Amino acid sequence: MRDHFLLLAVFAFFVSLVFAVLMRDDPRAQLRLGAIMFLGFITSALVLGWLMYPLPI
Amino acid sequence: MIPGWMPPKTRTTERARVAAEPGALVLLCVVAWLVPGAGHLWLGRMQKGVIFLCAIPLMFLIGLMLEGTIFPFQFAEPLAGLAALAQFGAGLPWIFARMLDAGKGTVTAVTWEYGNTFLIVAGMLNALIVLDAFDISMGRK
Repeated sequence: MRDHFLLLAVFAFFVSLVFAVLMRDDPRAQLRLGAIMFLGFITSALVLGWLMYPLPI
Repeated sequence: MIPGWMPPKTRTTERARVAAEPGALVLLCVVAWLVPGAGHLWLGRMQKGVIFLCAIPLMFLIGLMLEGTIFPFQFAEPLAGLAALAQFGAGLPWIFARMLDAGKGTVTAVTWEYGNTFLIVAGMLNALIVLDAFDISMGRK
């Protein structure tokens, strides 16, 4: 398991799951918040990755 | 019945009241820390408890599989000490890992940082879960 994107997705899944279940009581609301957080994680990682691409790191 | 008034969740409220006694409250927090999700199961929040019970140990296990390090409590290096504190939050998974001498970590492994992140975040999420169980038992949620 060395695929960075897969590891990012697995990490985002677990964190979104726990936060959604902590913050909402209704299963539908949990699913909605979890999906929003998961997509937020993935999108922000991709955007930040591309923004950092030109930097000489 | 007053219009618009909803009866409280009786089972959960009764359990919460029992857990609000100081001794039971301490026990609840210790159990919730040791076994992720056990506090919620105790308080009758079955769905949440089962999800936490699966998610936190699994996250910790993935961290170990990714060759992450379980940091010792050495505060000469503050960041390593803080990481050790965060990982300690995972409860029994952390205790078992220490007993089995797992989590030595391979600094040169490609996935080492990922492993550390999984281990640290699993512990911190469990700390949040303990706080949530505490809030429920105090009748705040």
